[in-house]
Amino acid sequence: MADRVVTHDIPSAYEPSLFGTYSKKIGMWLFLMSDSLTFGALLYAYSYGRISTPNWPTPFHSASIVNATIMTAFLLTSSLTMVLAVRASVQKDAKMQTLWLLATIACGAGFVILHGMEWSKLIAEGMTLPFFPPVPGHDVSAEFANVAKTVPQFPSTFFTLTGMHMLHVTLGIVYLGVVALRKKFIPILVALWLIAWLGTPSYSPFHYGAHVLLVAAIVCAIILWLKPKVYDSSDVEVAGLYWHFVDLVWMFIFPLVYLMSARIL
Amino acid sequence: MDEIQIAIAERVAEEQRHHKMAQFFWVWAALLLMTGIEVYLTYQNMAPVKMLTILMGLSLIKAALIIGFFMHLRYEISRMKWITMCSVVACLILMTIFFFPDAERIVTLGVK
Repeated sequence: MADRVVTHDIPSAYEPSLFGTYSKKIGMWLFLMSDSLTFGALLYAYSYGRISTPNWPTPFHSASIVNATIMTAFLLTSSLTMVLAVRASVQKDAKMQTLWLLATIACGAGFVILHGMEWSKLIAEGMTLPFFPPVPGHDVSAEFANVAKTVPQFPSTFFTLTGMHMLHVTLGIVYLGVVALRKKFIPILVALWLIAWLGTPSYSPFHYGAHVLLVAAIVCAIILWLKPKVYDSSDVEVAGLYWHFVDLVWMFIFPLVYLMSARIL
Repeated sequence: MDEIQIAIAERVAEEQRHHKMAQFFWVWAALLLMTGIEVYLTYQNMAPVKMLTILMGLSLIKAALIIGFFMHLRYEISRMKWITMCSVVACLILMTIFFFPDAERIVTLGVK
């Protein structure tokens, strides 16, 4: 469906934008402002728990810190490729725009995979939530099991905060995939869903979490069917704002959650 | 988008054509460097409050670089900058005033 232009005879009905930019971008900024308060509340809840709990655990060994540092590097690099995609889009270089967007998606996927591996390792070692099924055939580490038992606020806030962020990154990948490849991305998304669903064991939280991709595929298919369009530089820039925001949030999660809970021997 | 929105988007795109590519690489390198410093400081056995202060300081600088350069806020008009940033910061300050004295009270009173 084509965009329709509404015209009428009232002089000065369309005043210059108060914010000096187009409405889609203002809309995304407003969404990001509200989302920053969502993450702000989660970070404050985490910090509250940390301050008010005298025996706050420091369970992250150097392997976890190295893993989280690589994840941070992936996100920072994805922000660079995203800004280069925006630059290519304003220069109307469609090929480079698609390539940079795919590079951004690759870095984001690397982040999610590493984060998923980290989660799986922690859960297998006993730092888990009551509703996560136990991992069969894996020895629970006394240290992590003790953390989950004595300071349940730690796994609760850790999984909520990092899970919320992982969900945002996953949806960001879907968003960028649609902007880069449009309808071609839907079968890729369905294939990713099948790989994530069938490739993870039934006790893994990702076995059920993978259905987010199916829901995203259905929603994106409906949107692309109702409003097919070639995404221009404004769409790429707005998608970029979202992507940079998830990077920005991680800049606070990484030191607060990982570095401040590092096990120093 | 209607015609006016298209015109505004084209003007914004025109302004962005002049952004220098090198500065994005400098910002990226600075962000990576600060991340490296954060990880290094983690293993220096500092007092938790001192380390938290430094880490949050670095995180705020990183956030400012991302918002300013990658999200292009430094190129927006001042009205956009002030309204967006002031409203978010005001809400976060309110949360700070609300949450932290209470968390500290629990520690001070020894409630476990």
